Amino acid sequence: MTTPAPQDARLCARDLSVGYKEATVVKGLDLDLPVGRFTVIVGPNACGKSTLLRALARLLPARSGAALLDGREVHRYRSKDFARRLTLLPQAVPVPEGITVADLVARGRFPHQGMLRQWSPQDEAAVREALAVTGVSALADRPVDDLSGGQRQRVLISMALAQDTELLLLDEPTTYLDITHQIEVLELCSELVQRGRTVVAVLHDLQLAARYADHLVALRAGELVAQGGPAEVVTPELIEATFGLRARVLEDPETGAPLVVPLAGRAALPGGAVPGAAGSGTAAQGAAVPPGDAALVGSEA
Amino acid sequence: MPPSLSAPARPAAGAPLLQATVDGAVALRLGPYSLRTTRRRLIVGAALVVAIAALAALALGVGTIALSPERIWQALLGEGTPRDGRVVWGIRVPRIGAALAVGAALGLSGALFQNLTGNPLGSPDVIGFVTGAASGAIVAIVIFSASAVGVALAAVGSGLVTAAVVVLLAGLWGRRGDGGGYRLVLVGIGVGAFLAALNDLLLTRVSGEISIAAQTWLVGSLNSRDGDILAVSLVLIAACLPALAFLSGRMGALQLGDDAASQAGVPVTATRLAMTAVGVLLVGAATAVTGPISFVALAAPQLAWRLAGRGRPALVITALFAAVLLLGADVISQLLPSALHLPVGLVTGLLGGIYLLVLLSKGNRK
Repeated sequence: MTTPAPQDARLCARDLSVGYKEATVVKGLDLDLPVGRFTVIVGPNACGKSTLLRALARLLPARSGAALLDGREVHRYRSKDFARRLTLLPQAVPVPEGITVADLVARGRFPHQGMLRQWSPQDEAAVREALAVTGVSALADRPVDDLSGGQRQRVLISMALAQDTELLLLDEPTTYLDITHQIEVLELCSELVQRGRTVVAVLHDLQLAARYADHLVALRAGELVAQGGPAEVVTPELIEATFGLRARVLEDPETGAPLVVPLAGRAALPGGAVPGAAGSGTAAQGAAVPPGDAALVGSEA
Repeated sequence: MPPSLSAPARPAAGAPLLQATVDGAVALRLGPYSLRTTRRRLIVGAALVVAIAALAALALGVGTIALSPERIWQALLGEGTPRDGRVVWGIRVPRIGAALAVGAALGLSGALFQNLTGNPLGSPDVIGFVTGAASGAIVAIVIFSASAVGVALAAVGSGLVTAAVVVLLAGLWGRRGDGGGYRLVLVGIGVGAFLAALNDLLLTRVSGEISIAAQTWLVGSLNSRDGDILAVSLVLIAACLPALAFLSGRMGALQLGDDAASQAGVPVTATRLAMTAVGVLLVGAATAVTGPISFVALAAPQLAWRLAGRGRPALVITALFAAVLLLGADVISQLLPSALHLPVGLVTGLLGGIYLLVLLSKGNRK
């Protein structure tokens, strides 16, 4: 249709702009999300990362440019056809009161069902597998209301898995979770990628993103700052350009992934080389960063 | 994490027709086709059918002229006296049919709007559509002295217009987001209050006789309604049923919100449009037959859903339960001594209100 997609990317953005009302939140983005990898989109609040994800999942229209799945504009697919290829788990899913875990996970089968095909053997198998892969089989009969935040998130990911799409998009899947449950969810994402899925997530936490992502996409004010492997993207220069944060990058002794260590005290902040502050000697290496937040407009949905 | 899992059981050649599913439902399979429900819904549905049969039998006997079971039976077979035949076939059977169809239509309409707004208060009698239908009927009676058919058409037409105004004002399709359903309820209540005041104003400006005719219409009743209107309404209600069977699955997906429904493959805007159209058609057809009947659309879907064990939308149970509710209310109104005789619309109001209060207070304590 338009630019042919590279072999290793099924989901792409081509000069994609997205916005709400007057504000353009994503500005002319070009992006290829590699197949069979765990891609994490990072950036400061209101940088447009959730907006980008929602546009890729056709929850928002493109203002200009296009989001492409397999070379075809996402809005040109029929709803169920698209939902068999790609799904996004929204940040907040209102769960009906009293619904059980297995019933919620079974809802993921909707695009494979019809008026006279309400429960096939494939539906049964897919739900059982999704429950098992996310480790919630034992909770199947429990009401979702009774679960902890971490269990609940795994159940929702299980629902998205039951949909059996090759591409899985997760909008801030670790928000509101404590550190153990964040790690649990990200380990699950890595495992899903090992099982052959393509996972794209928006994360707040740069540290966890650097540790778990195969491919990092850094956004600032709706524009692409950098993309690539964590080792290429997580550098002091790019952290400063993306977040306006001055930091050192060490090697994580546990995994070898880049480890972000913000400079001590106010030295880490833009224009924050406060005389006499601890660690200001190191901070002197960093260039002054313009306070770019004034340029940010709109809100992240 | 355990990578392996037990292989899903393949249905054997002699597999039972009803198979339990992983999520506690049952699937009925016939070749490539399958339907799913729960055991509880099958049992509740059967019980409601029995209740309808029992109430219908009772309703054939009660009224100004009490008939014994033998006389009803003979009249049904066409072997009784001509007068019994006229009472049974001419009055009571259509009345029972009207109660069942109107009850089911109101219940289904309530289920559609409650799902659409994600709010148990989002039923057509609360969000102004019924008041809008009444406005049309009053204008037709008071200003145009219209016939029964004219009044019914005016009611349905103004109900549709009211629905369109409420939906446009609420911006249900223009502005997406979680507040949409709540806004629709609030706008509907506002529009309804405005129309109710307008209705009162019209009624106070006309002579007593016309005002009484309009008041009579305004209190929903199954008494001596026009046969042609009933026939047309029955056809309209029946025509909505296939659409409801189709929409039922999408309504289940919409329980998880617009975003999740969209990601599951539901074209959300088109679905909302279809649900609104079917919901307005159902409440319009029902109101044309009986005039405004409150609380069935509000209470029946909530009660039926709880009776069905929650979970997915329970449209069949809702229709059956609402039919039982209206027919039961009519039987009660017939059984009351004539000094206490109430139109069915008031009986449903009383019954439904009590039930909903009990349920809401239970829900709040939990």
